[in-house]
Amino acid sequence: MSANPNVVAFGTITRREVVRILRIWMQTLLPSAITMTLYFVIFGRMVGSRIGEIADGIQYIDYIVPGLIMMAVITNSYGNISSSFFGSKFGRYVEEMLASPMPSWVILAGYVTGAVLRGLIVALIVLAISLFFTRIHLYHPWITLSTVLLTAIVFSLAGFVNAVYAKKFDDIALVPTFVLTPLTYLGGVFYSVNQLGSPWREISHANPILYMVNAFRYGLLGISDIPMWTAYAVMLAFAVVLAAIALTLLRRGVGLRS
Amino acid sequence: MTTTPALDVVELKKTYANGVEALKGVSLRVQPGDFFALLGPNGAGKSTLIGILSSLVNPSSGDARIFGVSIREQRSAAMRLIGLVPQELNFNMFEKPFDICVNQAGFYGIPRAEAGERAEKYLKQLQLWDKAFQPARTMSGGMKRRLMIARAMMSEPKLLILDEPTAGVDIEIRRSMWKFISAINAAGTTVILTTHYLEEAEQLCRNIAIIDKGRIIENTTMKSLLSKLDVETFVLDLERPCANLPEVPGVAFSRVDDVTLEAEMSREHDLNSMFAALTERGIAVRSMRNKANRLEELFVRLVETGSADAGKAAA
Repeated sequence: MSANPNVVAFGTITRREVVRILRIWMQTLLPSAITMTLYFVIFGRMVGSRIGEIADGIQYIDYIVPGLIMMAVITNSYGNISSSFFGSKFGRYVEEMLASPMPSWVILAGYVTGAVLRGLIVALIVLAISLFFTRIHLYHPWITLSTVLLTAIVFSLAGFVNAVYAKKFDDIALVPTFVLTPLTYLGGVFYSVNQLGSPWREISHANPILYMVNAFRYGLLGISDIPMWTAYAVMLAFAVVLAAIALTLLRRGVGLRS
Repeated sequence: MTTTPALDVVELKKTYANGVEALKGVSLRVQPGDFFALLGPNGAGKSTLIGILSSLVNPSSGDARIFGVSIREQRSAAMRLIGLVPQELNFNMFEKPFDICVNQAGFYGIPRAEAGERAEKYLKQLQLWDKAFQPARTMSGGMKRRLMIARAMMSEPKLLILDEPTAGVDIEIRRSMWKFISAINAAGTTVILTTHYLEEAEQLCRNIAIIDKGRIIENTTMKSLLSKLDVETFVLDLERPCANLPEVPGVAFSRVDDVTLEAEMSREHDLNSMFAALTERGIAVRSMRNKANRLEELFVRLVETGSADAGKAAA
């Protein structure tokens, strides 16, 4: 039986992305490991030991582990696809794919899968590092897994849209610096939004990262500031809308075909 | 029985967002198995046309069919039939040639094992096998050009489009590329070639189209185009300086320097009579050569006048 051409093409892009991630592991995998180790040492052990329990029976260091893993997943899935796809535009080898019979959705799926895999690899690395500082109990494995997957997909798609519009390398650095990092810090990684007064608590609910961090925290620790159905609805809505935008841009050749 | 053309371009138009009208209604037909030259000056619309055929540029209107398959209605099926060697290097310089070729095959749905065999075959045929597992950026300019051809051959296309494949390549490598492309054509692949080396087009191609300012100004066989060249210019190197320009009926002489003359003459006028007249006047010719390649001379005239009748008019 001959292989489905789209499956082969999808596998080719995914494989190429994984090879790239592993080839430049000092740029793709190591930085998050170092940064998160520092977070665990400073915020978890040094500051966290003074804070003690933040919720019923939950130490501060345990509380921040889910948020830090999500922070790594978000920055890595976004950064992987934006730099890789923009690099292919910049070096013009995106034309190899655009001039091939591959449908647009295969190109998108291949790049997103590559970025999601980097997010998952980094999540595992950060999880492994966290085990040096605390013990993790997995309360809801499926919620944990589905949340990390959905989050990686949402930010891969967002990174892809960024790369499509980007004309220079600065354009793919702006969003992580001025949008992603602030939203992540304000997304309940280090604190519970219930501790905030009005109107900051309400404003925080406009931040999609809040829902992702809380769903993941629920999966790992069994606590959340947000009802699970709301968190899933937000994540799914972002995934669907961003996928539709990315696919439309790719089909129309925005920033790719003249 | 009529044969489906390898390429059938119908009233293709392209206006870019900045208002530049790159193609103003191009129609063109290339028969299966042909070795076809698409010539034109810089900015004539060649690359836009090739960009549309390979789906890298969106057409404004019109259509093109590759072996009967519309690039607008059945893009994927049409792209499966085309191989493209673009003008600019467009592969990842950090990847290895073997991986570049195998990945290209993968984009066309060719399984990895088969892709590996093809990569080895084409990289060997193009004398790149010893560089197959080194980063592409370490290769010379000529090697990079050949890699683009090997990559385009990975899908074994029925129609191969080469956009200035030998630009900046030394003559030895250029000749080896001609040999390879001729063999591909002889094996049944239709080839469309754009080049600024007109002797290359004259040697390789059977049919030709000249595009200028977004319009096809000539589309015929190479033989019939060359037959339009009624005037040829020769450069004569003399034994000794000649003081005055000789006057020979049917030949217009001009001086390049003391011992070099240019002779422009009608093709109806035979060379023997010119030499006899020069000998009679005591002018000895040491050597003679064509001032320019025949196709080059025609090309310049056609583009200068901008009409298909230019060849005759210039004569």
